[in-house]
Amino acid sequence: MPSPKFKKTINRFIVYSILVTLAIICLFPVYFVFIGSVNPGSSLHSSQVFPSPADWNWGHYLALFQEHDYLTWYRNTMFIAVSNMLISTTFGVFSGYAFSRYQFKGKKQGLMAIIILQMFPTIMGMIAIYTLLGSFGLLDTHLGYILVLAAGSVAFNTWIVKGFFDGIPKSLEEAARIDGASNTAIFIKIMLPLATPIISFVAFNSFIAASMDFIMAEVILRSSSNWTLAQGLFTLVSGQANNNFTVFAAGAVLISLPLMVLFFVFQRYIVEGLTAGAEKG
Amino acid sequence: MSNNLELQVSHKDKSHRKIATLLSVLFMGLGQLYNKQYSKGISWALFEIIALIFFIKPISQGLYGLITLGETPQVRERGRVVDPGDHSILLMAEGLLMLMALVAVLAIYFFSIRDAYLVGKLREQGKRVMNFKETVRNVWENGYAYILITPTAICMILLTVFPLIFTALIAFTNYSSPNYLPPRALVDWVGIDQFIRLFTMESWRGTFLGVFSWTIIWAVLSTLLVVFAGLFVAVVLSQKIVKYRKFWRNIYIIPWAVPGFVSILIFRNLYNGEFGVFNDMLRSVGLNAIPWLSDPMWAKVSVLLTNLWLGFPFWMALFTAVLTTISKELYEAAEVDGATIVQQFRTITFPIVMVAAIPLMVFTFAFNFNQLTFIYLMTEGGPSNANYTYAGHTDILLSWIFKMTLDNGQYAIASAVALVVFLIIAGFAYFNLRNTKSMKGDV
Repeated sequence: MPSPKFKKTINRFIVYSILVTLAIICLFPVYFVFIGSVNPGSSLHSSQVFPSPADWNWGHYLALFQEHDYLTWYRNTMFIAVSNMLISTTFGVFSGYAFSRYQFKGKKQGLMAIIILQMFPTIMGMIAIYTLLGSFGLLDTHLGYILVLAAGSVAFNTWIVKGFFDGIPKSLEEAARIDGASNTAIFIKIMLPLATPIISFVAFNSFIAASMDFIMAEVILRSSSNWTLAQGLFTLVSGQANNNFTVFAAGAVLISLPLMVLFFVFQRYIVEGLTAGAEKG
Repeated sequence: MSNNLELQVSHKDKSHRKIATLLSVLFMGLGQLYNKQYSKGISWALFEIIALIFFIKPISQGLYGLITLGETPQVRERGRVVDPGDHSILLMAEGLLMLMALVAVLAIYFFSIRDAYLVGKLREQGKRVMNFKETVRNVWENGYAYILITPTAICMILLTVFPLIFTALIAFTNYSSPNYLPPRALVDWVGIDQFIRLFTMESWRGTFLGVFSWTIIWAVLSTLLVVFAGLFVAVVLSQKIVKYRKFWRNIYIIPWAVPGFVSILIFRNLYNGEFGVFNDMLRSVGLNAIPWLSDPMWAKVSVLLTNLWLGFPFWMALFTAVLTTISKELYEAAEVDGATIVQQFRTITFPIVMVAAIPLMVFTFAFNFNQLTFIYLMTEGGPSNANYTYAGHTDILLSWIFKMTLDNGQYAIASAVALVVFLIIAGFAYFNLRNTKSMKGDV
C-alpha cells in the first residue's frame, strides 16, 4: 500500500506531464511559423526547427511588402471585415430584437427559416450567387463580396441576439410603454445599452468570420488586386514545392498577431455570447 | 322611429365592403377612393399604373424565358459571333427574379383589396375610419417588428433563398460542360435526369455514397473528438493540485486565437511528406516517414487531428465555465459515500456538463458537415481517388460540389447533390430544433 504522500506525488506528476505535453502541442505550430518567418532560405525544404538566432533573417517581412501585394491584401481584408461587421451586426440586432420582443404573423415560420438557412452555407448557392452578382455587375467587386458575406452571417447574428434578448425581463419595456415611450425610444434608449455585451460579441464574430473567409472570396474575387489575405497567403504555399514558405510564415505572423490580441481582449464575451445564445436554443 | 331610420341607413350602406372590394379588384386604389380615402387611393392607383407600364413586359418576358430557357442558340461564323442568341442561365435568373417580383406585386395587390374590404366593413358598421396620417403612424407603431426585420429579410431572400431556389432549378436542367454551356449552347429542362444519374449510374452513385459516408464520419468524429478533448483538458485543469490555472488555460486557448486559415496552412506544411517537420522528427529518431497527406487513411487522420487542435480550446473554455457552476457539496457527499473519482465523473460531472454541451454539439456537427474551407485548405480533397468522379479521398459533400462547379463545370449534377445535402441539413435542423425552448416558448 503506497503512502498517501507517494500517491499525491504520482498524481501531481501525471497531471503536470499532461499539462506540459498539451502546452507543447499547442505552442509548437505557433513557434514553427514564427521560426519559419525568420529562417534563412525561402522554401520549406530548407526550414530548420532550431536555427541559431545569429542566422535569423528578417528580410522575409520586407519581401512581403516589396515583392508581394501584402499591403493591398491587408487593406482589402480590413475593409471587407469592417464593412461586413457594420452591416451584419446592424441587421442582426434589428431582426434579433424584433424576433425576441414582438408578436407578429409569420414569426414562428420566420424563426424556423432562419435556423435552417443558417445551417445552409452560402457557398452551396455558388452558381446562383455568381450569376446574380454577374448580372448586377458586382462580380469581382468588394461590394458584392461584402453583401454575400453579410447575408451569410446575418442569420446567425439574429439567432444569437434573439437568445440574449429573450433573457431580459419584459417588465422593463412595459414600464416604459406605460410612461408613453415609443417603440424607437424603447429600442434605442433602453434595449440597446443593455445589449452591449452581445453586440460586441456579434460584431467581433462577424469581423473575424469575414477576415477568415477563403472559399467565397475565391469564388467572387478573381483579380489579384482585389484579393484578401487568405487568398494571397494561400497562393504562397499552395504549390508542391512551397518555395515561398518563409514569406508565407512572415505574412501569417503579421496577420495573426493583431487578431490574437483582439481575441484575448474579447475572449470573455465569446464564451458568454455563445453560451447565452445557445442555451436558449 | 329612430330605430327604423338606423336600419334603413345600415341597409343602404351594407354593400360598402362589396363595392369597395370589387372596385379594388378592378383597379388598385378604386376601392379606397370609393371609401373616400383619397391620398391612399391615389398612391395605390399610381403604384398599379407604374407596375403596368414598367413591369408587364419584363415580367412576361422573364416568365417566358424561365419556361423555355431560350430558343435561339448562338450563331458563329468563322469564330465570330453573328447572333448572340439566348443565354439560358441568365434567362433563368431573370425569370426567377421576375417571378419573385410578380409574387411581391400580387401580394401588394391582395393587401390593397383587403384594405378596401376592411375599411368598407368599418363604414358599414358606422365606425370612424383612420385618415392617411393616422394610418402611417399606425403602420409605424404596430408594424414595427416588420420594419426591423426588413433589411435582414431582403438580404436573406436575395442572397440565400434566391440562390437556393436557383440551385434547385438548375438541378432539373442539363447545364454542364462541355455540351450544354451557354451562350454557345442552350440549356434545357430535363426533369429528374440528374437525380437518376446520381443514384443509378455506378460511377456517380459510388462517389456519392463514398463521399457521403466520409462526410458523416468526419462530422461525427470531428465533433466528438473536440468535445471530449475539451472536457478532458477542463477536468484536468480543475484538479486541486494544479497551480497557475489561468496561465495554463491561456496557453491552451492559443490554437483558438490563431486565425483558422493560417493554422490550417501551417499544418499543411508540417504534414508535408518530404520536407515536413513531423517526418523530419520521425526520421531523426530512426522511424519511417508517414505519408501524412498522400495516403488515404493517414490523410483522414491528419485532417481529424488538425481539427482537434483547432477545436478543443473552445470546448475547454466552455466546460471550464460549466464546471465552476457545479456545487462542491455534491462531490463531498459522493466522497462520503465512498465513490471513486471515475464514479464521481460518471454520475455527477458528465450529466451536468452534457446538458450545456448538447445544443452546441448539434450546431458544431452541422458546421463540420459543411466545413468546406477546412478541407479545401488542408488537402484540397486529396489524395485523389481513381474510383471517384471529380472527388478525392478527403472530399466532403460540400467540397465535392465546389470542385464539380468551379473546376469541372458540372453545374447540373452539382446542384442535384446540393439539393440532396440541403434536404439532409434542413431535416436534421428541423427535427433537432422543433422541440427546443425558443421554438415552443412564447411563439
